[in-house]
Amino acid sequence: MRAIVTVIGKDKSGIIAKVSSVLAANDVNIEDISQTIVSGNFTMIMLCDLEKSRLSLAELNETMRHTGAEAGVSIHVQHEDIFNAMHNV
Amino acid sequence: MSLINRNQIIETIDMVEKEHFDVRTITMGISLLSCIRESAEETARLCYDRICKKAENIVKVARELGEEYGIPVINKRVSVTPASILAANFPGRETALAKAFDKAAETCGIDFLGGYSALVNKSMTSFERSFIESIPEALAETKKVCSSVNVGSSKSGINMDAVKLLGETIKRAAELTRDADGIACAKFVAFCNAVEDNPFMAGAFHGTGEGETVINVGVSGPGVVHHALKNLKDASIDEVAETIKRTAFKITRAGSLIAKEAAKRLGAEFGIVDLSLAPTPVIGDSVAHILEEIGLESVGAHGTTAALAMLNDAVKKGGVMASSSVGGLSGAFIPVSEDIGMINAARSGAITLAKLEAMTAVCSVGIDMVAIPGDTPASTISGMIADEAAIGMINNKTTAVRVIPVPGKKEGDSVEFGGLLGSAPIMPVSPYSCEKLVSRGGRMPAPIHSNKN
Repeated sequence: MRAIVTVIGKDKSGIIAKVSSVLAANDVNIEDISQTIVSGNFTMIMLCDLEKSRLSLAELNETMRHTGAEAGVSIHVQHEDIFNAMHNV
Repeated sequence: MSLINRNQIIETIDMVEKEHFDVRTITMGISLLSCIRESAEETARLCYDRICKKAENIVKVARELGEEYGIPVINKRVSVTPASILAANFPGRETALAKAFDKAAETCGIDFLGGYSALVNKSMTSFERSFIESIPEALAETKKVCSSVNVGSSKSGINMDAVKLLGETIKRAAELTRDADGIACAKFVAFCNAVEDNPFMAGAFHGTGEGETVINVGVSGPGVVHHALKNLKDASIDEVAETIKRTAFKITRAGSLIAKEAAKRLGAEFGIVDLSLAPTPVIGDSVAHILEEIGLESVGAHGTTAALAMLNDAVKKGGVMASSSVGGLSGAFIPVSEDIGMINAARSGAITLAKLEAMTAVCSVGIDMVAIPGDTPASTISGMIADEAAIGMINNKTTAVRVIPVPGKKEGDSVEFGGLLGSAPIMPVSPYSCEKLVSRGGRMPAPIHSNKN
């Protein structure tokens, strides 16, 4: 199963390192990653494979929410199907 | 990023975070026909056991789905077989069922349970009359039980005896909960052309044409539609309709995905997605504000009915494209106390009961959550029900009345129901009597166009 991890917030150093180390520690594989900074706002979107993940999707979401709170950014982990359903006919 | 692009991901997150997009309700319909016994006690016990068994995991599953898909599920509800059928063997003892339902709702942790209902659209048996007479006590003595009565249909006409009885029923329900501003009436709705798969309260029940256990989902998103229209300042009305349609598509697709997954995890059949735009009293979650964004100074202005008709139709067109199982009420809701834009319009006098009635001819579902003076005669309430039922009967649509004659309050006063039920000013009703019409009783014949065979 694949999930989309979205990180949104004020830009500062170490955000990618922090997020990816938590994912790695839980055996979540990052398949694709893209990021931009628009007027100081950081947006990173990752496509992750949860096949070998130690955590369920709901648990990972909660873990990442804490990570986001620590780093001062907002992090969402969502099943990729929701985006496919809403945006593709 | 595969088929999904960045903007779509951000758009989805913004819909939830900034525009109040959510799945308004996951409602499990449960057939209780197998629980019917001779005695009230045994029937109630079996109903309790069956509801608790079937709906045991609904709260847990709803929370999981909210976490996994990133779209919160607000309400978890259950609808059951119309209780008048379950109680046919023990007239006078019906409230035992309401208490069992309430206890089951408490045990399962759900928000509401609907189905303390009777379908008397053509005529009433003696046990159904007894059942309807039990509704005020049932609502006053329970917290989470909702009740409805279907008094008419396009096929059968309007049961005017039931319409008369319901005016009195609503008055008594208000009186029994006088200390709480007649709150029992907020849990009761009178229908014409009631639907069997409605996931929304207070009118949800699990029809006898339904299966064993069914999941019906109500999506929502007035805020999302409102936001989409903010970028269309100078667009023509057909462009506005197109944007609403596209937005409704996205909302419904999300609801449909979550509904199917919920059904799978709960071991139930997937029933329908209800496309209704359901407001809450929160700012940014108002149907009235959509109408105002389209171009009204205030909801209630001339043009309101036209704007609402377009909105309702566009939501349906987008929704029907998104899910092949659309049902329930599927129309914009215009409850007064539950929509901040409607509350403001009622306070300023911009919207009146007459305009609300006109609006119900083009949307779902009727005179909804309207607080009226406590001294309104029962026959006037029956007249309101008859008017709405007539609009439904003639136009082949569902219509409803959910009014609260607030004891001790009069026009100009205000009432606070709290939570999702919101607050409302007391709206004036016509001072002229319809007592003679209502007391005639009998059955209003079905319209000529009901003869289609």
